[in-house]
Amino acid sequence: MSEARQIAVTVNGKRYEETVLVRVTLADFLRHQLRLTGTHLGCEHGVCGACTVLFDGHSARSCLMLAVQADGHDILTVEGIAPDAETLHPLQEAFRDNHGLQCGFCTPGILTTLIEFLRDNPDPTERDVRIAISGNLCRCTGYQNIVLATLDAAKRLRAQDRSQGET
Amino acid sequence: MILKCCTVFGTESKCAPGMKPPPFSYHDPQTTAEVVGLLTSLDNAKLLAGGQSLMPMLNMRFVLPDHVIDLNKVDGLSYIRERDGALEIGAMTRQRDIEFSDLVARSSPLMREAIQQVGHRQTRNRGTLGGSLCHLDPSAELVTVAAAHDATISVTGKNGTRSIAFADFPLGYMTPALELDELLTGASFPSWPAGHGYAFVEFARRHGDFAIVSAAALIVEDANGKVTRAAVTLGGMGPAPVRAREVEQALIGETITEQRLRDICESLRKLEAIDDIHAPASYRQQLATVLPRRALLKAHERIFAGRPS
Repeated sequence: MSEARQIAVTVNGKRYEETVLVRVTLADFLRHQLRLTGTHLGCEHGVCGACTVLFDGHSARSCLMLAVQADGHDILTVEGIAPDAETLHPLQEAFRDNHGLQCGFCTPGILTTLIEFLRDNPDPTERDVRIAISGNLCRCTGYQNIVLATLDAAKRLRAQDRSQGET
Repeated sequence: MILKCCTVFGTESKCAPGMKPPPFSYHDPQTTAEVVGLLTSLDNAKLLAGGQSLMPMLNMRFVLPDHVIDLNKVDGLSYIRERDGALEIGAMTRQRDIEFSDLVARSSPLMREAIQQVGHRQTRNRGTLGGSLCHLDPSAELVTVAAAHDATISVTGKNGTRSIAFADFPLGYMTPALELDELLTGASFPSWPAGHGYAFVEFARRHGDFAIVSAAALIVEDANGKVTRAAVTLGGMGPAPVRAREVEQALIGETITEQRLRDICESLRKLEAIDDIHAPASYRQQLATVLPRRALLKAHERIFAGRPS
């Protein structure tokens, strides 16, 4: 049995029309069919958070969705966070400057999670940040620098918002 | 030996590597009637709501359905409203929408407190009320809240709609009282009077984990601070949430103090408890004496403070 369907999906602003097997997860579709391998797969049962993407602007675990469910929807993966190939997103800059990653495997899921979190909560406390990333497993950093990077990113994003408000 | 999935599953042409769920037919109906029709005509079908429990089970091949019926396009199953003194929530309402609903915060602050401990932001964005109630994990927060509120479950099947009192909903371990042709369409949570005390506390190893044991407390006190009504619910003790009826009765007429709660809640140590990899039964029984006490004290303090927060 290899039931397939035609879907149209927007990923990082680009529209794709693809045929997908109905049992393929969104994560495998992104990685294997669209070759967007920035989305990582750790546990594949919704525990590690590495595969987090933004689905219509809301963070979701792409291993817990079927590709066919993305039909007509808008997805942002880690490849789509930076404004262009030369410029990092302030969140990415903050992670680089604060040593918020070591091996980097969990980073795509953490960045996508935090994009939504900092939009919902632009001025978080350290405790808020720790709860926000509680669904993302990192085995390198001990989370300390991830938390610092996030608080720094929040500050940068607030400054950016202020300066955009002035212009 | 490397086996390609096309070798294993006999799929032709396009092979999608890394595919985990077993083969199934996919259905995406748009009305409840179509869902009932599919449930009636198809064998071995599974309903897919938010997917935060079914998808892991599919990925790990714990379940092997021939048909997956996706509820995400069904109209009319996502709502939060107040009717006849109860909070009504549709089956496909996302946990996120419950978390951020002003109506929920007002009508069931207990649910609001509990839902912040359900999984993580990424799972609450997809996870639904109906999915959680039907999956019926013994320590799921929303299941415990439904027991605490004496919720009524609405169900639709080929013989029409019916209501089930939540107390009769769990038939056993992760087994809801649904017929094969039925789906849960919503649940109704009778509101407690304004100014009631509430608290949801749980013990889990990490934030977002399922609770090992959880406790939900709802209380009403009169002007003299005496308890006039109480609901005390424990999750994670057995296959379904337990209402601590003896404690609820013992609380009536009492003025809450920590020592008095300590005495009253000690009887909960006698409750039967499951014994598993997460905790032995005796540990859960210890938690059963501690967590309701903490929840009741917090509920009482909230009444005292006069400002639910």
